Amino acid sequence: MRKVVRGFYAIAYAVKLSKPNVICAYPITPQTEIVENLAEMYANGELENCEYITAESEFGAASVVLGASATGARTFTATSSQGLLLMTEVLYNAAGMRLPIVLAIANRAVSAPLSIWNDHQDSISVRDAGIIQIYVENNQEAHDMIPFAFKVAENKNVLLPFMVCVDGFKLTHAYEAVDLLNQEDVDNFLPPYNPVVSLRIDKPVAMGCYAPPPTYMEFRVALEYAMERAKKVIEDESKEWYEITGRDWGAHIKAEYCEDAEVAVIAMGSIVGMIRDVVEEMRKEGMKVGLLKIRTYRPFPAEEIRKALTNVNKVIVIERSLSIGSEPPVTLDVKSALFGHSSQEIHSVVLGLGGRDVPRTQIIKIIKEVYEGKVKPGKRYEGLKEFEEVIP
Amino acid sequence: MVIAKNRGGDSILIEVRFHGRGGQGAVTAADILAVAGFKEGYYTLSFPTFGAEKRGTPVASFLRISDKPIVARDEVYNPDYVVVMDPSLLDVVDVLAGIKKNGMLIANYPKGSEDLKKRFKVEEIEIHAINATKMAMEILGRAITNTAMVGALVGATNIVSIKSVIETIKEWFGDEKIAERNIKLVEEAYRYMREVCKWEK
Repeated sequence: MRKVVRGFYAIAYAVKLSKPNVICAYPITPQTEIVENLAEMYANGELENCEYITAESEFGAASVVLGASATGARTFTATSSQGLLLMTEVLYNAAGMRLPIVLAIANRAVSAPLSIWNDHQDSISVRDAGIIQIYVENNQEAHDMIPFAFKVAENKNVLLPFMVCVDGFKLTHAYEAVDLLNQEDVDNFLPPYNPVVSLRIDKPVAMGCYAPPPTYMEFRVALEYAMERAKKVIEDESKEWYEITGRDWGAHIKAEYCEDAEVAVIAMGSIVGMIRDVVEEMRKEGMKVGLLKIRTYRPFPAEEIRKALTNVNKVIVIERSLSIGSEPPVTLDVKSALFGHSSQEIHSVVLGLGGRDVPRTQIIKIIKEVYEGKVKPGKRYEGLKEFEEVIP
Repeated sequence: MVIAKNRGGDSILIEVRFHGRGGQGAVTAADILAVAGFKEGYYTLSFPTFGAEKRGTPVASFLRISDKPIVARDEVYNPDYVVVMDPSLLDVVDVLAGIKKNGMLIANYPKGSEDLKKRFKVEEIEIHAINATKMAMEILGRAITNTAMVGALVGATNIVSIKSVIETIKEWFGDEKIAERNIKLVEEAYRYMREVCKWEK
């Protein structure tokens, strides 16, 4: 059923259709209304076999879903920014304990300085935890990726937490048409969660316990193997998703017009739609430009990116976060994917931090400058005002 | 939809920017029109921006209506229409920033259109004033002007039909009485603006 809804609702409604058993969260802008919607559904009795728990903090919320997931419950939480950072200690545990918790991250900048607005610094900061991360470009994709996340996370070859990263405000607060899934389709796609092991009184087990040097390393490497296996599972489930819904989001990447492109733009999240529009317009003008949308930041699709960029000479990586002291995060991964295989010019363009709006004109300028060879490769900031640091 | 003006080449794209103060419902105004436009078969997108989530601070919200899927999520820099919810914003916000040639400003402004035109002294921009605060106080008993300004915008532009707006408002407000009063307010502002546009043409 096509309906104009807010991003929050598109996500919450998909969570409802995924039949979670435990939802626990702590409010934080711009995530809050996702769980507010779920709390309302719960209060109205629309969530069967589900417990909605309000926590005293994000640390508490993550701990509750961790515990619930360990008992074999299908669990969901949502957060943003500092909330995700406060969850981090628990989330590393959830990944290490191989608990398929699904999280919606309403992407927001981190403090300080305080900002409620959108960039990708929060979810990027937990990239090493062993959590699958997918970045969506619109609220239809956000809606679709919720049942998808449960399916992939709960696959016995995977068993990892899964983060659906949704740009705060740009998507969460936007009203737009979403084709809402129906219960039958979701039920056909997503079977009930059947845990391999769970905490039960009649069959006690210990989870997340002490691993001394002779065993620890194997557990951590096993996490890495699980993430590698997740790649295939994501591919398979993406195909099934397409068959059920007719919506082809691609699996790990979506490469468009890259086959003969001189310049390709790599981006993640809600900015992708506008870049696609600019690329299509430039194609009409005869410019050989392409778009490479990264969907799964973890597992990182190195091979897919390599393949898609085979004929591309110049690459622009749009960065919505920093790795202070090194190159921006996506650039690092892209460079590592290409190293030893090809030697494209890499332009790492940092923009839109803390919700600074990225106008269409800025995207056009960035692509044109690179296309016409007016800028040197490397890292630069777009839309940055000149400022003077006060060094006491 | 009766699109008043089509400036976007082979496809229709109407961009609207709403200026209000936190609590006046600028965000809801854009949202209501997004839903109403969808009812008429168009693609719509609305989203807000605010300084801080506080009552009283200037906020802006944006609306795009098109016959093609909308992918641009940047703020509206070159609006076709600008709607101002609160007269005090005219002193602090450059409400006409980037407005298209032949664009339109509709402001909640008690001193009337002529006074407002003198204030801006711009040509090729249609300017209309409406005393939305007075209407809202009379009908709602509160100075929340968003539904009045939605009515005024629709009256001046036909961006969507008043019928779709009324349908949307009925669904929007859970409380029937509140919905009724807002519909009354929308209709009054709509009628007023239709008359104003007739006189001024």
